[in-house]
Amino acid sequence: MILVWLIAIPLTGGLLAWLLDRGDDRLPRWVSLAAIAIDFVLALVLWMQYPEKANVLPGGAWFVEVRSAWIPGLGIGFHLAMDGLSLLLVMLTAFLGIMSVACSWTEIRERVGFFHFNLMWTLAGIMGVFLALDLFLFYFFWELMLVPMYFLIALWGHENRIYAAVKFFIFTQLSGLLMLAAILGLYFAHARETGVYTFDYLELLGTSMDPAKAMALMLGFLVAFLVKLPAFPLHTWLPDAHTEAPTAGSVILAGLLLKTGAYGLLRFAVPLFPQAALDFSPVAMALAVAGILYGAVLAFAQKDLKRLVAYTSVSHMGFVLLGVFAWNELALQGAVIQMVCHGVSTGALFILAGALQERIHSRDLGLMGGLWSAAPRMGAVGMFFGLASLGLPGLGNFIGEFLVLFGAYKVSVVMTVIATTGLVIATAYSLWMVQRVFFGARREEPRPSDLGVREMAMMAFMMAVIVWIGLYPRMVLSTSEGALNTLRQSAGVSAPSERMSHTAMPGANDDGK
Amino acid sequence: MRTLLWLIPALPFAGFFVLAVFGARLREKGVAAIGAGSVGVSAVLAILAGISFITSPPPGGSWTQTLWTWIGVDGFRPAIAFYLDALSLVMTLVVTFVGFLIHLYATEFMSDDEGYSRFFAYMNLFVGSMLTLVLADNLLLLYLGWEGVGLCSYLLIGFWYKDPANGSAAMKAFIVTRIGDAAMAVGLFLIFMNLGTLNIQEIMQKASHTWPRGSGLAVAAAALLLGGALGKSAQLPLQTWLPDAMAGPTPVSALIHAATMVTAGVYLIARTNVLFLLAPPVQAAVAIIGAATLLLAGFSALTQRDIKRVLAYSTISQIGYMFLALGVGAWSAAIFHFMTHAFFKALLFLGAGAVILAMEHEHDMFRMGGLRKELPVTFWTFLIGSASLSALPLVTAGFYSKDLILWYSWSSENGSPWLWAAGLAGALLTSIYTFRMVFLTFFGERKKEAGRRPGRVMTIPLVALAVLSVIGGFAELPRTLGNMPVFSEFVNTVLPPVKAAGEAQSAEAAMQVVTSFVSLAGVYVAYLLFLRKRRYVEGLAATRTGRALHRLWFSGWAFDWVYDRALVQPFFWIARINRDDFVDLFYDGIAWYNGFFHGALSLTQSGKVRWYAMGIALGTVIMVGIAVVLL
Repeated sequence: MILVWLIAIPLTGGLLAWLLDRGDDRLPRWVSLAAIAIDFVLALVLWMQYPEKANVLPGGAWFVEVRSAWIPGLGIGFHLAMDGLSLLLVMLTAFLGIMSVACSWTEIRERVGFFHFNLMWTLAGIMGVFLALDLFLFYFFWELMLVPMYFLIALWGHENRIYAAVKFFIFTQLSGLLMLAAILGLYFAHARETGVYTFDYLELLGTSMDPAKAMALMLGFLVAFLVKLPAFPLHTWLPDAHTEAPTAGSVILAGLLLKTGAYGLLRFAVPLFPQAALDFSPVAMALAVAGILYGAVLAFAQKDLKRLVAYTSVSHMGFVLLGVFAWNELALQGAVIQMVCHGVSTGALFILAGALQERIHSRDLGLMGGLWSAAPRMGAVGMFFGLASLGLPGLGNFIGEFLVLFGAYKVSVVMTVIATTGLVIATAYSLWMVQRVFFGARREEPRPSDLGVREMAMMAFMMAVIVWIGLYPRMVLSTSEGALNTLRQSAGVSAPSERMSHTAMPGANDDGK
Repeated sequence: MRTLLWLIPALPFAGFFVLAVFGARLREKGVAAIGAGSVGVSAVLAILAGISFITSPPPGGSWTQTLWTWIGVDGFRPAIAFYLDALSLVMTLVVTFVGFLIHLYATEFMSDDEGYSRFFAYMNLFVGSMLTLVLADNLLLLYLGWEGVGLCSYLLIGFWYKDPANGSAAMKAFIVTRIGDAAMAVGLFLIFMNLGTLNIQEIMQKASHTWPRGSGLAVAAAALLLGGALGKSAQLPLQTWLPDAMAGPTPVSALIHAATMVTAGVYLIARTNVLFLLAPPVQAAVAIIGAATLLLAGFSALTQRDIKRVLAYSTISQIGYMFLALGVGAWSAAIFHFMTHAFFKALLFLGAGAVILAMEHEHDMFRMGGLRKELPVTFWTFLIGSASLSALPLVTAGFYSKDLILWYSWSSENGSPWLWAAGLAGALLTSIYTFRMVFLTFFGERKKEAGRRPGRVMTIPLVALAVLSVIGGFAELPRTLGNMPVFSEFVNTVLPPVKAAGEAQSAEAAMQVVTSFVSLAGVYVAYLLFLRKRRYVEGLAATRTGRALHRLWFSGWAFDWVYDRALVQPFFWIARINRDDFVDLFYDGIAWYNGFFHGALSLTQSGKVRWYAMGIALGTVIMVGIAVVLL
């Protein structure tokens, strides 16, 4: 039942926050904070118990499960389960949920109750996405997180919010429809093969079908996930949405929504259609590398701080895509670490950008500069997350990116070498960002105040997570290990890396054909 | 002592942490105590470790201390582990000891700066990272230290952040070295993929078993690591960041951009010497790059006006000597020159810092002069440092180390007369530009009153380093002069010995005479041109070729100009024209067509019955027509 609680508590908290919005803004804030904090504690408790409770379901590292019938006539069940991968992402969701409530504390002053309702329901939807094992239920949660997110952008966003919200909605909705079609296609293909109509993920695994059909269905899933990830060239909703959203919205978009795309690839797109995914992997890896470089160059070009950070996400999520389609243990573990660390570090950068905007009422890099002397704490924190973003060893993002690259090297030397040059451009845009915001001559306008206690506490937690994963990532690695091995098994031995490393001669010219 | 090894890098890290968190609330004295103290204790521990290591040599010649497994995925198990052998011990001693002296100097030099605690926080972080680099037992941890020192270099070059020029210099340093680091990263991928480990000792063993000499993989691995070394050690073609790095406070230039960090590339190559021995073309490239760099930088140093830029080009040039030594297989000579160079170059920078402070932040040597009477201690120590840099015979440390390199560049198996000639020409250049600097700064007429004199805290490091710049050379007496190669015997427990072609002792003695003569001649030329007959050099510089050459050398052979046109501007251009993301045009296009068709169709909804009637009639005709045609 604990899994149901994980989803139900934010749902209830959100409703309460809305209903209790009677003039005093503090009540909805505290209710939401309490709700998401309870979720975080629940997730931590699960994590503590994790090693003892492994394997409640056959054929995998699942350790908590809830299953009951929902619409039995159509083979739709209410089936939630958690393995190490979902556990990490649920913890990330609750952690960033706390941060997004905290960072809205002074920023959001209108319709506070409704704001927190939308925030909590988005979070609940994301939790559901990470836990659902029934494809219909998965689609339900996928849509559930979308609508309140739309409202968050459209109602509390910045100047160009309606455009951004509609663009976000159309991109995700259209790609979501393709996924629905693919889900139905898989449902019928499975029924034709076995006579059983079911949306249950574990039963649908291993459905055999002819390659063309598998490719078509996989592409249906893939489009939805690549839009969310986002992968080049499906990324253009992201800079607008991230830039226009309120701070909490940007944190959730960058920190969590993008991860649902990566999670979908890991959990569904590849294991359900292993052969099609293998055939598609050169294209996917090329898109990943293109995204790494393209996002980095565009980040460098931006004049709007939030837009800059938004484009860095395109670049960083390219590493996740590269890791997923390299599909060996190193690369997958790297992708998972990168998901977690990117969520935290980019979330922190958006919180900083929001804190700056609250103070100087601008996101324009041209209007910043010299802020270090006025706000040295903010400067130091900004420097820290800038360094995380450029992949400094000792910080978590380095572990993620390097594991991905080590893994990808086994599959394709050429792709890896090109992706590695992204590290140089990442240095350029990260340093450029810090330079433009914090260094240079001080401007005449009133000096912004430095980070306060609430903001500094948030930043301290986020920095601690990044350093901890950077120096001692093993707790994260061992949590996801079982789940990733299961995924690799369910995708069969035909995964690219296995085949490559056994048949190809190790060599400098081995580009993994 | 063995179990305390981890404390050597951990103490400076702790100092950084304390200063970063509480530094703003501490007074200058407290900051100085923590900043210099943490490195000082580290130095003491390093000396104790050294004594214990030498008096009771461990079996296998090394200590390893594993703290924890860093990453453990599928056979990929780099650890946070430290490895002490003769090579890393020498490096550790130099880093902690010279580092401590420079910290001590900085406690006075930086006083009254508003970023006092930030300065020492960064410096501590640097020392911790450098020690991690040196002591790492695997390449990934080494890479952590490697990037950490790069970060500190960036932070400290841009320390005075209010001037955007310092920020640009800092970013340039980080980005240029990161180009090399990206190559090095690919090298790590290649090594792990093919040898299945990143542990340095295991790599050395497995490589020599699995890769034949000259095999493609060995060449690729060595070349990629060399890429990283070129960036960090400011060798051709990635040397351009170092002269600009002089924007940082002078103690930073002394510690990071002269004594320690920039020699990390030398350490990396020496550490992974087996890979380079397996890749003869790459090793030859190391020698050629070293020789070319030492010459180009030497010419550039001749023309600089800024005292720190002379020293910066001189550093590039001296590291060129170390690369030359590595390239001809004189591993221990390279490390020996690293050590003596750390002493005398740190000394020269600290002396230059004292001069700059006395001149109220004037860097231009042509506006100085006659300072030898006013700053006697600075003058004498600076003179000793200059003598050592110029390798004046017998009494200076630089003589012993440079002489060794020149001798092996001739006599070792990989040596050649060309490499030797380049080294010799470089030696002449070195003593000319060095004594040009000495004469311009300390001799001639006085142009400006000296202001602030160095106090005791700044004097102690100057004197200590001056002593080391003299006696440091006696650690290795060549066979012609006493024959006590203590230093190379010690480091050769780790590094392979030189494969010399067995030249006679008389040849070595003859060469020593030649090099001694050349360095003394350089001093005389500098005396003649810059003190006695300035009109010669002025006349030379006034000719057409003279002006062109001067401009070329002054700009560091126009590398910056070329890179700016060929790389930087195109990158900016691409970024600028695509700021609005052309991919979005496609989606905008879809949106536009949707709007267009929407508009076009909504025109039909005109509310005029005649149009509707005509539409119905036309539609009927068309449908009937289709039906007739099809049926």
